[in-house]
Amino acid sequence: MRIYDAGKIITGLLIFLALVTLPFWFNAVSGKSSHVPDPQIAPDTPRCVRDKDYMKANHMDLLNKWRNQVVRRGERKFMTADGRQFDMSFSRTCLKCHANQQKFCAQCHDYAAVKLYCWDCHVEPGTIKKGSSWR
Amino acid sequence: MVTDRRGFLKLAGLTAMTAILGKFTGNAARALAAPLRRASGTESGPEALAGQGLSDKAPKNAKRLAMVVDLEKCRKKAQCRDCIIACHQEHNVPQMTDPKDEVKWIWKEEFSHVFHEQEHEFLQENYRHTPVPLLCNHCEKPACVKVCPTKATWKRESDGIVMMDWHRCIGCRYCMAACPYGSRSFNWRDPRPFIKNLNQEFPTRTRGVVEKCTFCERRLAQGKQPACVQACKAKALIFGDLNDPQSDARKALGAKYSLRRKPGLGTGPKVYYLL
Ligand code: HEC
Ligand code: HEC
Ligand code: HEC
Repeated sequence: MRIYDAGKIITGLLIFLALVTLPFWFNAVSGKSSHVPDPQIAPDTPRCVRDKDYMKANHMDLLNKWRNQVVRRGERKFMTADGRQFDMSFSRTCLKCHANQQKFCAQCHDYAAVKLYCWDCHVEPGTIKKGSSWR
Repeated sequence: MVTDRRGFLKLAGLTAMTAILGKFTGNAARALAAPLRRASGTESGPEALAGQGLSDKAPKNAKRLAMVVDLEKCRKKAQCRDCIIACHQEHNVPQMTDPKDEVKWIWKEEFSHVFHEQEHEFLQENYRHTPVPLLCNHCEKPACVKVCPTKATWKRESDGIVMMDWHRCIGCRYCMAACPYGSRSFNWRDPRPFIKNLNQEFPTRTRGVVEKCTFCERRLAQGKQPACVQACKAKALIFGDLNDPQSDARKALGAKYSLRRKPGLGTGPKVYYLL
């Protein structure tokens, strides 16, 4: 068998293949694809309100439950499995331990292309000057 | 039974008469009993209120929360804005520069505007210009709740507070159209830049959301009085449970003549104004 213009066709095919797989090459070389989110937690932080696996997968459900319980039913106390009590508050509980949301929440969310609109209303810690003295 | 016209008319007349009579006798019995009740000392006079310091704790197990505003006390410091500042600071209510965008939970208006049905040309001059603090009336039958398509506002069964769930508000503003008291404000623009001292503990709102007074539902849960009540040095704001005859609010109502805004509408407002 012989191919007419074999040289041209094979180089053409090779160039085509290289172009099509360019995204893969590019990421392999730049090292971006190996990036995994790295949520950072200050080392001396006490344990989370539920276990890590649950939180990783279901924190949004928990937040939704807390929100409905506090705002709609007026229940504000949350008891952890190991008997610690927490105020069911987004800003005053979650964000006390996870104070740097840029290095924690946003790490995963940027990766998963999740955009939280919660910060439109809930004050992101550290972004705005200290609150009121009136109390 | 065969009824002719004559028979029917007689029967109808009798029914109407018994109905009317029943109503009168009921009223009369109550009117007769009133002085007795007063004499037996269950109602307290003005001395009782003045002598007794008002509570600085949230009412416990309240069923029907209400605000009583003593205009006489409030009027003495017509320029005072303590209640407004405290409330708006507590809840991150923005101070908009353009009055068209105004957002308010508690504010003041002249007596002759608030009670325009009561105004007449010989109204005492000092009353005409008395500033009257206004806030959400937390109605017994809130019109805003009826029209809300997302249940973002509802009347809490336990104590009658008309609540807000800002997460659910879609900004349709039906509630604003329904409220006869103008107690609700809409965020026409992002409120954040207009909040001078941000209270980190309370979320702000965002553009496209309606907001109003919540009787400081969150402070009540912490056992504190509403911010405006605590801030009022003249003790002109009196907060309490209408179902509890011993509450500050009931004692105040028992001591002086009181008005409510637009009672004829049947919304059952629960902010009372003592004259
Ligand atoms: C008492 C401090 C504390 C509070 C309060 C807290 N967390 Fe955590 N959270 C932690 C710690 C510490 C971890 C690391 C896992 C562990 O040791 O349990 C963690 C882990 C997590 C994780 C998993 C992170 C990962 O690397 O997989 C998520 C998501 C999370 N928290 C979200 C929340 C949310 C949402 C709230 C509020 C409902 C909250 N946390 C409240 C301390 C806290
Ligand atoms: C371990 C990684 C991780 C961390 C840490 C994390 N999240 Fe998430 N979060 C996710 C992922 C992934 C989703 C999307 C899940 C989905 O869409 O099914 C998500 C979704 C959410 C949602 C629902 C968003 C929506 O629009 O439905 C909320 C709310 C949320 N996260 C809050 C938080 C908060 C607050 C923190 C920090 C205290 C946090 N998360 C930290 C991984 C994380
Ligand atoms: C339109 C403004 C707004 C947005 C957007 C918003 N919240 Fe809230 N949220 C509030 C307000 C105001 C309260 C306070 C209600 C109260 O304390 O009476 C609140 C209360 C809560 C509470 C319970 C009480 C507390 O102190 O935290 C939770 C939990 C909560 N929000 C979670 C969320 C989450 C998660 C998101 C994002 C998915 C979110 N919220 C977005 C306004 C908002």
